[in-house]
Amino acid sequence: MIDLAHTAGRYGAYVWPAYGASAVGLVALIVDTLTRARGWRREVDRLRAELTLIESDNAD
Amino acid sequence: MLTRLANPLRFMAFSRWAGPLFSAAAAVLIAAGLWFGFSAPPDYQQGETVRIMFVHVPAAWVALTAYAALGGASFVSLVFRHALADIAARAVAPIGAIFTLMALVTGSFWGRPMWGAWWVWGDARLVSMLVLFLLFVGYLALRASIEDETKAARAAEILAIVGLINLPVIKFSVEWWNTLHQGESLLRKGGPLVASVYLTPLFLMGGGYMAIFAALWLARTRAEVWRRRALTLRDRGAA
Repeated sequence: MIDLAHTAGRYGAYVWPAYGASAVGLVALIVDTLTRARGWRREVDRLRAELTLIESDNAD
Repeated sequence: MLTRLANPLRFMAFSRWAGPLFSAAAAVLIAAGLWFGFSAPPDYQQGETVRIMFVHVPAAWVALTAYAALGGASFVSLVFRHALADIAARAVAPIGAIFTLMALVTGSFWGRPMWGAWWVWGDARLVSMLVLFLLFVGYLALRASIEDETKAARAAEILAIVGLINLPVIKFSVEWWNTLHQGESLLRKGGPLVASVYLTPLFLMGGGYMAIFAALWLARTRAEVWRRRALTLRDRGAA
């Protein structure tokens, strides 16, 4: 069984920050990517709906 | 395969299912890699710091892969004027920058207890990795600083292609110059120098990092496709 509290021993001050920095980098990338993807997809949906409204108004 | 995916519609259809698949593979591989990594015994010389290898080396692998992808996509975009190649290049640059930074930071945390220094300016491997990070940042800065997107893309593509020369420099830096960084220890004649007990977690983490890289690249490429569609729709609305 892994004992996380003692795994890094006297080198914990180097091992855990390295894993922490990696986790921060990965999480930041994932959050930023999902935010951008969802944001631009919603913007496309909004603009399409807006354009459809304008075109139907013009047709009337 | 690549020719088929060069069509944006086919790419969007492919990435819709491939992205989640790569994400799931990444979660499984990284979880397994962490389990095996923390179950492995401490190294007889490096002690517990050997575990930093499982996040440092895969980050460096992804950083180099990302730059090769950036250079390749930039070349295709510049020579063949392919829009999706430009989109893919723009999407991969920030991912490469973050993974390079992760490799530099985790390497620093490994270097301090092993070499007695956080950073060594005279070390060719360290400096060439820093140059790689600056190339990614320079690419992003160029794209952001020129208002005309087509001109920005052309300038950034040239920088990305010229920067490809740094990849063999990074790879062979430990052979061409005296460095504190260890020499080639995996892909070498006579087999890997790394003990087999560490190879399993290293390759699991490497596979996981590559899978998360693929998932992020696909997702960011999709986001860039939507951004361009939004800009086109805005222009249509304004007309």
